[in-house]
Amino acid sequence: MLEVRIRHAFPGFALDVAFDAPAGVTALFGQSGAGKTTVVKALSGVLKADHARILIDGGVLEDTAKGVRLPVSKRRIGYVFQEPRLFPHMSVAANLHYGMGAGDIGPVVEMLGIGDLLARRPHALSGGEAQRVAIGRALLSRPRLLLLDEPLAALDDARKAEILPYLERLRDEAGVPILYVSHSVAEIARLATTLVAMEAGRVVRVGPAAEVLSDPDVVPVLGVREAGALITARVVAHHDDGLTELAASGGMFWLPRVAASIGAMVRVRIEAQDVMLARVRPEGISALNVLPVEVMAVRGGSGPGVIVQCRAGEDVLLARVTRRSAEAMGLSSGWRGFAVVKSVAVASGNVGG
Amino acid sequence: MSTWLGPAEWEAVALSLRVALLATMASLPFGIAVAYILARFRFPGHGLLNGLVHLPLILPPVVTGYLLLISFGPQAPLGAALEAVGLGVAFRWTGAALAAAIMAFPLMVRAIRLSLEAVDPKLEEAASTLGASQLRVFATITLPLMAPGILTGIILAFAKAMGEFGATITFVSNIPGQTRTVPSAIYAFLQVPGGEGAAWRLVMVSVGIAMAALLVSEVLARRVARRIGGRDA
Repeated sequence: MLEVRIRHAFPGFALDVAFDAPAGVTALFGQSGAGKTTVVKALSGVLKADHARILIDGGVLEDTAKGVRLPVSKRRIGYVFQEPRLFPHMSVAANLHYGMGAGDIGPVVEMLGIGDLLARRPHALSGGEAQRVAIGRALLSRPRLLLLDEPLAALDDARKAEILPYLERLRDEAGVPILYVSHSVAEIARLATTLVAMEAGRVVRVGPAAEVLSDPDVVPVLGVREAGALITARVVAHHDDGLTELAASGGMFWLPRVAASIGAMVRVRIEAQDVMLARVRPEGISALNVLPVEVMAVRGGSGPGVIVQCRAGEDVLLARVTRRSAEAMGLSSGWRGFAVVKSVAVASGNVGG
Repeated sequence: MSTWLGPAEWEAVALSLRVALLATMASLPFGIAVAYILARFRFPGHGLLNGLVHLPLILPPVVTGYLLLISFGPQAPLGAALEAVGLGVAFRWTGAALAAAIMAFPLMVRAIRLSLEAVDPKLEEAASTLGASQLRVFATITLPLMAPGILTGIILAFAKAMGEFGATITFVSNIPGQTRTVPSAIYAFLQVPGGEGAAWRLVMVSVGIAMAALLVSEVLARRVARRIGGRDA
């Protein structure tokens, strides 16, 4: 468990955050300028915060009230930066050994799929390969916490897709708590167990990822276009026409082929703007996925749209509709109807194990 | 070579090599330290230190030599103290090395500082997050990455030390076997009738040594660059 309290003032910007992160992947989310990077820098000790109290599993890394401030090299936080920062004058193998000395790098090398790269120099690696090596290097330094600061931000979509499965393995196999900083809802939806939403130097919400993502009050922080709830589903069948049938608590639905075996549980992020609401079960439409729902809350902003939070079985969906439609349909808490989700609208990048 | 060069000429060449080698190697740690301080820290007196280091580049060499003489001469307190413990430099080959080192120091510091500024502090930061102490970061990351600049600094300083004349002759005079380096010897040979032959041979030796130093540095630089970030070595 990670316990963080940090206060720090820059000219024109004040940071005041407090959150606890349980085991698993905790995502630190916020738009650019929200203060995420300041938090991770203070955590790693690279930045000397005005006031900080940071504990990992009860061990004090920093407590300015008591004058305790471990130097960067003593914190044992594996820091993966946006750019790989591999040492150019060393081979990949020497980079991996840097933080651990002699020892067996085999399991980590295997997990990250970097076995063929060991003899190479960093300049001979692709961006995605280099970032995997950087993750391995941090992991091999036997950290108490792995800090991933937008590790995919500098990569194109293809490279991102290449690394994400390794991050999932890291989450499931490495046994190290991970703090994952990102401004990409898709990445967070796929990886995070806990979500810490930040805005303007403050924490606005902490909680289990699925819960926070389906909270309409958090939508302004995520950005309306990025808003979308997480639902959990079981893979039922892969059909010949390229669709995968899934069972969620609210009903069956179909997605373009999901890379998971039958019976596996996956989480699917459904963007609010891809969800339509209907009073009666629609017929003769091209969208395949129609789930019975009950509205929990309607949140309007300053714009012409509103976010509707609705329950589908035990899962929660978010729908983005116009204010005019919401009024015409009489959407309010307790309203029962149907949610229509275009199956092609659910990007495969939003499906995670 | 010793049959081609006369004993006096050979003596001057050997002395010059000895002086330049001592001057370069003894000033290298200081050069790295000063370059590191100037490149990485901002403090009151930063400009003063920078100016002081560069002073010998701008001052007339004779002035530098004279300042050395009044600081390290047998009559000066510092010079007398060094003399008392057997480390006197006045009118000795070590004095020539000191003069050469001070004259070459700005060139060495500049080259090292440039390469140090090209070292990405983010790499050092990454190394310390991996648990490396500051000393280990310097030894394993900073120093290897600034190797090309150190190499350039050594070559430049060595060449400058080989050719130093004004400060040397002012500080430690022109004593055969002690302080008569190649430039001083050329100057001396040109002062006597019939000395042109010897002077000409020393000029050729100077050119040869300079070319060799350049060639060696070129080869080494290429090798270092390849190790740091070029193709797989």
